[in-house]
Amino acid sequence: MKFPAAKPASPSTRALQVVPPSGPTAWLTTFTAGAMTFLCVFALALSLASGRLADRWSEALARTATIRLSAPADQVQIQTDAILSALATTPGIASFRAIDNAEARALLEPWFGPDLPVEALPIPRLFEVVEANRGYDSEGLRQRLLAEAPGAVLDDHTRWRRPLAEAASRIRLLGVLSIVLIGAAMAAMITLAARAALAANTEVIRVLRLVGAKDSYIARAFVRRFTLRTLAGATVGAAAGMAGVAALPAADAAGGFLTGLGFAGKGWLWPLILPPLAALVAFLATRRAALAKLKELT
Amino acid sequence: MIAFDNVAYSYGGGDLLSDVSLRLAPGSFHFLTGPSGSGKSTFLKLAYAELQATSGKVTLFDRDVKSLSRDDVARTRRRIGIVHQDCKFLDHMSLAANMALPFTVSDRESDPQDMKDLLGWVGLDHLADALPPQLSGGERQRAALARAVIVDPDVILADEPTGNVDWEMSLRILTLLVELNRMGKTILVATHDLNLIRQAKAQIQARVLRIAKHRVQLAGADL
Repeated sequence: MKFPAAKPASPSTRALQVVPPSGPTAWLTTFTAGAMTFLCVFALALSLASGRLADRWSEALARTATIRLSAPADQVQIQTDAILSALATTPGIASFRAIDNAEARALLEPWFGPDLPVEALPIPRLFEVVEANRGYDSEGLRQRLLAEAPGAVLDDHTRWRRPLAEAASRIRLLGVLSIVLIGAAMAAMITLAARAALAANTEVIRVLRLVGAKDSYIARAFVRRFTLRTLAGATVGAAAGMAGVAALPAADAAGGFLTGLGFAGKGWLWPLILPPLAALVAFLATRRAALAKLKELT
Repeated sequence: MIAFDNVAYSYGGGDLLSDVSLRLAPGSFHFLTGPSGSGKSTFLKLAYAELQATSGKVTLFDRDVKSLSRDDVARTRRRIGIVHQDCKFLDHMSLAANMALPFTVSDRESDPQDMKDLLGWVGLDHLADALPPQLSGGERQRAALARAVIVDPDVILADEPTGNVDWEMSLRILTLLVELNRMGKTILVATHDLNLIRQAKAQIQARVLRIAKHRVQLAGADL
């Protein structure tokens, strides 16, 4: 009898083989990774869409301003002329116009009905101002209106924009927080599954140690298996999530906030990083759990 | 190779082994005998660093076991072939893959022809693709022996290797152990089978150690 000669071998697949191919935790890991990644895709879509929509709203409101004129009847035309004159000579204004009674009635109709006697009500005269790209000096215009048309109030929508921007950043933060929490929950579930798998395979570990396996080798066998299962589950979850987001109604069709929930352009690339990210989470969680458990199993 | 200096091991408040001093010289063949529960398995576990002595010093290949890291213990075990009575295998892997485990865990692989020769040596070449649960007790013991020697270890420690097999198979396993000893391997076999020991002593120079009253002593000619 002669003893077999040894030569180096690729460690990648051999380490996988020493762990039994199936177990009670196999489906749990794959399912958890898939479900969590599916939810992650929606959290990501929410985060990106909220930022995008808020930017759009904010930009639209930022480019326009409104001037309200409340003055005695004999002063309305005089101050209207003064306002128009001031707007015409203010640099940075692309266009402006006075909103007539018919248009004002249309604006109020959703709240007061079609028979609103606009002429009989003390409704202020409204002017729409659209700024040019370089913008205008709103404080200067405000001071000028105060001098030339004391009944006019310039509203540049700052008080609307600020809460919108705050809401947008909060929603974005919530989206990011959701992704972090989902990742943490996934790490916790995979850690539990890995510990259960290690506990269920104490005999395998005993045999491996008996033949000279280092803890790092045994951990590697489990880590590889869990990482690959997570990658597979997360890939399916991400694909399903992306399909779900793609199936949402288009923003243009319905025009509401929720219909804008989705990815746009390069935003579709973001969900693609979720499977490798989930695999990384699984790798770190399983490795930590495996090394800790192996120390317990002395 | 393996040395015990005033080694004691306590379990559950009482001494299982105490004041054990001995040396296993390279190429020697020892039997370790004693009644059930006397500490034979514990002695072997101390010898391959699965257990740590409560006091005294166990030296493996000139290194104090207490100074070995976990990785050092793993590396040291690659120089020791271990055969257990219950001979555990990985049931989802073929016999050939199980035998190659000592290579696999060190990221090495063996030549298929060499593996076939080794399987032939233990008379299992026709079962290379069989799964461990399909093997009989004797086949498992021989497979465990083949797995223990595949990496050409310096020492072979066997704990009741013939405990679950008939006399004919016991002799066959003994023959394999004797052959390994003649190749220069250091052998220590824990057994309570005195007939096996007598059979071995007829073939080779084997020393017999007996555990009695927690101590290991050389048995006389009373076997």
